[in-house]
Amino acid sequence: MILFELVDYEILRVIWWLLLGVLLTGFALTDGFDMGVGALLPFVAKTDLERRVVINTVGPVWEGNQVWFILGGGAIFAAWPPLYAVSFSGFYLAMFVVLAAFIVRPVAFKYRSKREDTRWRSSWDWALFAGGTVPALLFGVAVGNVLLGVPFYFNDMLMPFYEGSFVTKFIGLLRPFALVAGVVSFGMLLMHGAAWLCVKTEGVIAARARRIGTYAGLTAMGAYALAGLWLAFGIDGYVFVGEVVTDGPSNPLYSDVSRSASWLTAYAERPWIAVAPVMGFLGMGLAIRGLNRGGEVSALLFSKLGITGVVSSVGLTMFPFILPSTVDPNSSLTVWDSSSSHMTLFIMLICTVIFMPLILAYTAWVYKVLWGKVTEEEVRANSHSVY
Amino acid sequence: MELDVVELSRLQFAMTAMYHFLFVPLTLGLSIIVAIMETVYVMTGRPIWRQMTKFWGTLFGINFVLGVATGITMEFQFGMNWAYYSHYVGDIFGAPLAIEGLMAFFLEATFVGLFFFGWDKLTRLQHLVVAWLVAIGSNFSALWILIANGWMQHPVGAEFNPDTMRMEMTSFFDVLFNEVAQAKFVHTVSAGYVTASFFVLGVSAWYLLKGRHIELAKRSITIAASFGLAASLSVVLLGDESGYAASHTQRMKLAAIEAMWETHDAPAPFTVVGFPDQDARETHFAVEIPWVMGLIGTRSLTEEIPGINELVAQSEENIRRGIIAYDALMTIQAERENTPEVARTVFEETKEDLGYGFLLLRYLDDPREATDAQIVKAAWDTVPTVWPLFWAFRIMVGLGVMFIAVMGFFFYRSSFKGQSYPRWALWAAVAIIPTPWIAAEMGWFVAEYGRQPWTVEGILPTAMSVSHLSVADLLITLTGFIAFYTVLFIIEMGLMLKYIRKGPYLDVAETEAWQARHEHRLRTHDGRGPFAPAGASAASALDTPPNATPAE
Repeated sequence: MILFELVDYEILRVIWWLLLGVLLTGFALTDGFDMGVGALLPFVAKTDLERRVVINTVGPVWEGNQVWFILGGGAIFAAWPPLYAVSFSGFYLAMFVVLAAFIVRPVAFKYRSKREDTRWRSSWDWALFAGGTVPALLFGVAVGNVLLGVPFYFNDMLMPFYEGSFVTKFIGLLRPFALVAGVVSFGMLLMHGAAWLCVKTEGVIAARARRIGTYAGLTAMGAYALAGLWLAFGIDGYVFVGEVVTDGPSNPLYSDVSRSASWLTAYAERPWIAVAPVMGFLGMGLAIRGLNRGGEVSALLFSKLGITGVVSSVGLTMFPFILPSTVDPNSSLTVWDSSSSHMTLFIMLICTVIFMPLILAYTAWVYKVLWGKVTEEEVRANSHSVY
Repeated sequence: MELDVVELSRLQFAMTAMYHFLFVPLTLGLSIIVAIMETVYVMTGRPIWRQMTKFWGTLFGINFVLGVATGITMEFQFGMNWAYYSHYVGDIFGAPLAIEGLMAFFLEATFVGLFFFGWDKLTRLQHLVVAWLVAIGSNFSALWILIANGWMQHPVGAEFNPDTMRMEMTSFFDVLFNEVAQAKFVHTVSAGYVTASFFVLGVSAWYLLKGRHIELAKRSITIAASFGLAASLSVVLLGDESGYAASHTQRMKLAAIEAMWETHDAPAPFTVVGFPDQDARETHFAVEIPWVMGLIGTRSLTEEIPGINELVAQSEENIRRGIIAYDALMTIQAERENTPEVARTVFEETKEDLGYGFLLLRYLDDPREATDAQIVKAAWDTVPTVWPLFWAFRIMVGLGVMFIAVMGFFFYRSSFKGQSYPRWALWAAVAIIPTPWIAAEMGWFVAEYGRQPWTVEGILPTAMSVSHLSVADLLITLTGFIAFYTVLFIIEMGLMLKYIRKGPYLDVAETEAWQARHEHRLRTHDGRGPFAPAGASAASALDTPPNATPAE
């Protein structure tokens, strides 16, 4: 027996589906507050010193946080190559916009305070605002589109094709339901950023963050409820037709898929998954309460809980579908037919088992070293070395 | 197959990758140089070394952030622009990219923040460890990226699976210890060390010329020259190793680089200069050195290096076998449930050449209907355009030799001539700051352009690898990237120059106070040097002022 066959192909696929969720959640929890802080920047901080305080709350950590995004890309490439190929090229222009945001953001963090010039600094502040807002919104829009299905199909050589011109491919992403999903993610990450600022700042900045964070959280909760109702009554789901082979070759065309009444039938089949949306509502609700009542760490922790609930609810609702196709349901990507080979999944799992605990350990250590509030005095005292 | 989308995708990839590699080499080398400087600081406790660490660290940071930012494009561009490539080889190629994130990028990115923000929050030793972790993380990144790239040059440890219509990994070990990848890794990081050494050398030389920051500049030159000399030797040596690997893994690339049209009797001569003529298939005005090519390429006197004409004839055979493989694959696909045994057998025998069959897709939809003329045309497509490779390679090698000479000179002056440097040499050091970047870009050009028409050598043609996009899509993103990257480049250069002009500005008072004590001590010891045994204990007491705390 060969080593990698120690773990069944089917189980490896489920593990990698879970790890995909872990990576997306990790990204939302860590880089999520960086994006939220960026989007909040012009509103919670008015003077240059206030803005520097806000920026320096994430200054030492955004770089590590952003790796969740990059690792997410790499892991999708390694574990779900068809998903990587279809989604990144299918959302081409949207991806470009997200890339632009993720390129401008690091530069803005690093370069903003390297010159005294007011115009220079305010330009970078807006870059940080855009760099936080645009991806926070577009990630939700992307998830909304995944739930709706995307117009792609494969030919016999498994080359992916997309219907629609380049304009409709971009504008077409901005469908009403997808925009609601965008509001969920944007509101959620604003709330998360606000909760972070409450932990890391004090005084007027924290007070503004509490107010905006409360409204953002309430909006996210409302949009999340609306999206749930919409899914229940207005959007078709997808199901397998006939026998489901869970350890066969990764060829999406080998399975038969059709539209179903609703994604939410999953809750009838697997009632336990209701724990995810409950966690989402509960977490966001308690985070809002924490923001209102002066909780600091509690608000941040509940915000994390809420985000984890919302992200997992999408995955659990769709399982085993990952990216359904509207024009050719058989081309839909699922957990059972769009993974890497048995061997690659196994090797990648070994690497993850070795390195993920290390990453979590040293990230935790870095956060511990940097624990404590960022103050105006501190920024003033280290004016030359901080952002 | 729209040629325009292919050409534009290639252009965009080349542009974004070469732009990314303006920042990467400096990150690779400067991270180590900074860590070396901090090591000296921690070992001696002398503030000048902390000031050097912080000063070069600031420049490192300005550069590092753009390397990170433009690297994101690289990680996502495969999926965006090379969707079929991503599907076809993601099973192998994706793994090193993901491991790079797990093992290397997380490390450098998590600790780089602490490097800049942690001076007051960490002990000296902790901060030193952080600096080294950043350096190690950066260099490990390069390892995994080059394992991925090495696989595109020399795809080992994988085979085609007709059920999933893609290449799948058969041996992770082979992918990891791919000889091309290993040689490339050391060659590339060495190039980064050379780049950073020339950067530090040039900037320091400028300070000496201006009479500013003398102490910082002299010490920096010493580090840069020693590190740079070792790196220059290594980059040339491992470049030779890469060339040797190419002689049995990518023979067409080697033949094109050398403009070797005909197979020459062993040992073949090396063409120093000449004018390759693709249409006439010969090199005009070639100046040759006998034997050298054969010795470098094969490390023997008897082995022949095949010329382009011979390799094209081999490609033609490969294409014919590729057509048989393609035919068998179509049979397997059409009758998946009960494939005739013979089709499976034929496919197993010929699948290595399937990629050559795909080369015909440029000319017709079904390779099985190809005419002899089309096959010959496709075989000639396996020859990359020779002259740019020929010249790019020679510029790179010429610069490599120059690097050794320059670094050797500065090493000699710094070690044996009491750190005295003639002004002309200092001016030269300033002037040649850009040359390592030119050499590095030439190197990548040779590696990637020389692999054409393949994205994965012998497996997947470039023309087939692209996404289903429109020309308009590509024009929007290409224009966007050019505009965006140009602005970022101008801003980066502006900041870099500003901070170089500004010079070291942190810990100034403390460093100057130490400087005064240090000079005083050198005088009182009659120039016997700081390590003179008689005053050793007194010297160390002077080094650390009584009120200094260990965790400053």
